[in-house]
Amino acid sequence: MRLEPIANPGLARRLAPPALAIAGSFLVASLLALIAGGNPFAVFGAILKGAAGSKFALLETLNRATPLIFTGLAVAVAFRAKLWNIGAEAQLYAGAVVTVMLGTGALPWPSLPLLVVIGVAAMLAGALLLLIPALLKTRFGVDEVVTTLLFNFIFLLFVSYLLEGPLKDPMGMGWPKSARLIPEARLPRIIDGLRLHWGFVLALISALVLWVINTRTTLGFEMRAVGQNAEAARFAGIPVTRVILKTALLSGGLAALAGFSEVAGLKGSLTLDLSPGYGYTGIVVAMLALLHPLGVVVAALFVAAIFVGADAMSRALGVPSYLADIMLASALLMMVLAILLSKFRVVRD
Amino acid sequence: MSARDQAQPPVLRLSNITKRFGALCANDDVSFSLAKGEVIALLGENGAGKTTLMNILFGQYSADAGEVEVFGQRLAPGNPRAALDAGVGMVHQHFTLAGNLTVWENIVLGTQALSAPRLRARAVKARIADLSKRFHLPVDPDAKVGQLSVGERQRVEILKALYRDARILILDEPTAVLTPQESDALFATLREAIGLGLSVVFISHKLHEVMAISHRVLVLRHGRLVAERATADTSREELAALMVGGAVSSPKIAPMPPGPALMRLSDVSSKGEGHAPGLQSVTLTLHGGQITGLAGVSGNGQGALSDLISGLAMPSAGQLEIAGDAITNWSPRRALARGIGRIPEDRHHTGTIADFDLTENAVLETYTRDFARHGWLDWAAARAHAEALIATYDVRCPGPDTAIRLLSGGNMQKLILGRVLETKPRIILANQPVRGLDIGALNYVHARLAEAREQGAAVLLISEDLDEIITLSDVIHVISQGRLSPAFARGTMAPEALGRWMAGDGFAEVAHAS
Repeated sequence: MRLEPIANPGLARRLAPPALAIAGSFLVASLLALIAGGNPFAVFGAILKGAAGSKFALLETLNRATPLIFTGLAVAVAFRAKLWNIGAEAQLYAGAVVTVMLGTGALPWPSLPLLVVIGVAAMLAGALLLLIPALLKTRFGVDEVVTTLLFNFIFLLFVSYLLEGPLKDPMGMGWPKSARLIPEARLPRIIDGLRLHWGFVLALISALVLWVINTRTTLGFEMRAVGQNAEAARFAGIPVTRVILKTALLSGGLAALAGFSEVAGLKGSLTLDLSPGYGYTGIVVAMLALLHPLGVVVAALFVAAIFVGADAMSRALGVPSYLADIMLASALLMMVLAILLSKFRVVRD
Repeated sequence: MSARDQAQPPVLRLSNITKRFGALCANDDVSFSLAKGEVIALLGENGAGKTTLMNILFGQYSADAGEVEVFGQRLAPGNPRAALDAGVGMVHQHFTLAGNLTVWENIVLGTQALSAPRLRARAVKARIADLSKRFHLPVDPDAKVGQLSVGERQRVEILKALYRDARILILDEPTAVLTPQESDALFATLREAIGLGLSVVFISHKLHEVMAISHRVLVLRHGRLVAERATADTSREELAALMVGGAVSSPKIAPMPPGPALMRLSDVSSKGEGHAPGLQSVTLTLHGGQITGLAGVSGNGQGALSDLISGLAMPSAGQLEIAGDAITNWSPRRALARGIGRIPEDRHHTGTIADFDLTENAVLETYTRDFARHGWLDWAAARAHAEALIATYDVRCPGPDTAIRLLSGGNMQKLILGRVLETKPRIILANQPVRGLDIGALNYVHARLAEAREQGAAVLLISEDLDEIITLSDVIHVISQGRLSPAFARGTMAPEALGRWMAGDGFAEVAHAS
């Protein structure tokens, strides 16, 4: 038996990987649910109900999807250019730190200009954080997988220091926690009384903008060319190094918006548990979306629904909510396999 | 040969071999046999199925139908070990040697049992010395393979086969990387070998070699065995016609006075990539209305020169002038802006992006200038441009939205050619522009290059094929180890004389004279 490449995969074959991956992850989860003593149908029913069964549940899912859309977009844009940014977690926290630094009273401005300035500054911080590994890659050939991954730990420790020191809330009863944002620095809710903030809309807009960049602009064309074949891109006159650096700025900026949106929209202050690994989950989201910006929105909603739903399911049925993590992990593994199978067919000799 | 066939059973017999790759039928019902002490030549265009057939014989592919018999025994399909054990030795077009090991280590590699406590170096070397003496294959068994020349490496490959008691030698395009002199030495060895009772299958598309060495010629075309001739009863002309299935046409290069100097390299040196040699104070002038041919065995600095002209590299010393301007800032985009059209050596990895469609590949060099405004791409215009290229340059494809990797090499090259020529370049760098193309595409590319010359462009044609260089060039230079020979005018140099320069001999004379 061997693998033979498929010349021109049709649309069905190209959409098959995410569908197969999701189906596969449900299968794995069903087995585990059985082992944990739950009926799989009841478990999935409870997850669905917990994720979308009520207005509150649905809004919670949308809230949870917001940072995942940002980090998913950050990973998608970088991976498309074969810049392996594993550091969206650190970039998210960079955005959050800047939001707290500027939003706790340092700039006594009205809400709209203040939010714009904070958002832009947060993006810059995330962008600069990824620029360092990108420069190391283009200048010295340092593997960005290693540097971006390790930056996550370094930056999280740095945030920990900030929360114990310069950024510590003096009124915080000694907890490692920043001061709260001033009201002008908070992202308002879309509709009064409903717990969903403008960060979600910003995420949708970001996905649209990235889609337009990818398909309509020279930068999108260049990023894809560099990702597909850097040698041919360089020969054709595309400034490969500059394109990689621009990609890094865009990716880091998008990841930082997740931190901005979480602090300014949801939490109102910065703690060390701001992100339960949104940066890493962004990789899963981007892969499930096949790096397509609009696919990222769908994938982020799916992943968020699993997490929110699993929490509710766990409370109702007593099956551990770790099931959500396993579903996600197995979806990613299945995805890698399914992508392979969508490009090749198995031939018996 | 029929008398011999009856006297002895054939050492090798292929019966009704058929092999398909998807829709492509690489071998279609091919049968032939080989007698002891015989050399048969497998002749055919690139892509005619020669290599596939030999890979089936050697067990690297298994045939869809048909069988292989060696010394009367049926060979298990798909097993190189079986072929080796039966006494078939193959020398591949691309050598399979470990550069960090010595010659004798390479030769014994894979012949020793894993459980053998140690290598009997002395016995092995004695055997190698004996073989190299008998077959006129001089090589130092203790030399590191990485330091050997291409010709010496080929000798190691042949020794490797002989060491394993090969009685049938398969040589796949053995002269592709050799100078004419090295080829002659190889032929002497082969004659020695058949004198000692070996049989040889010689794969080539070079007619004069086939005429020189073989007893029998088999002509393959599109996977089918179209003709079988005793070499004594045929001629180069007949074989050429059989091979291409039609008359060969080469473009007419009418004499015309050279135009102005469009590019000048003065004492230019540059670094090569990795282990490849760079350039050593090369002086070269490209005139408009001329094809300048650069002959040489591959890997002698062609890459460095091509990188330099493409804009990928800067000279480390010396000066590059284009239309009289000294170049200080250099990049591919600047080269394009200066009117340099580039046909790269590797059309699959450098010239195109495999998964991009034809439209995207068509505008890869010009999208910023012609198909974008303020960073916004005009895909409609790009697509129209691709459609125009497809029509004008006869690119056979389903449409501009097809991924370019699905095209044949010839059609891919036509798109690259169109992309280059549509910009009306003043200088054209054509690095191995017809390698691997079928005769139709080859003639087409040559005709277009000749046309560009007539319209006043300066063409630099880099090729390993001396015939191509001699047919097309107004002026010929030879490159060897990064050094450039003087310019030879059209018609003044015989292939043998160029061959001496390719081997690096002429340069020594020049050095002595000066």
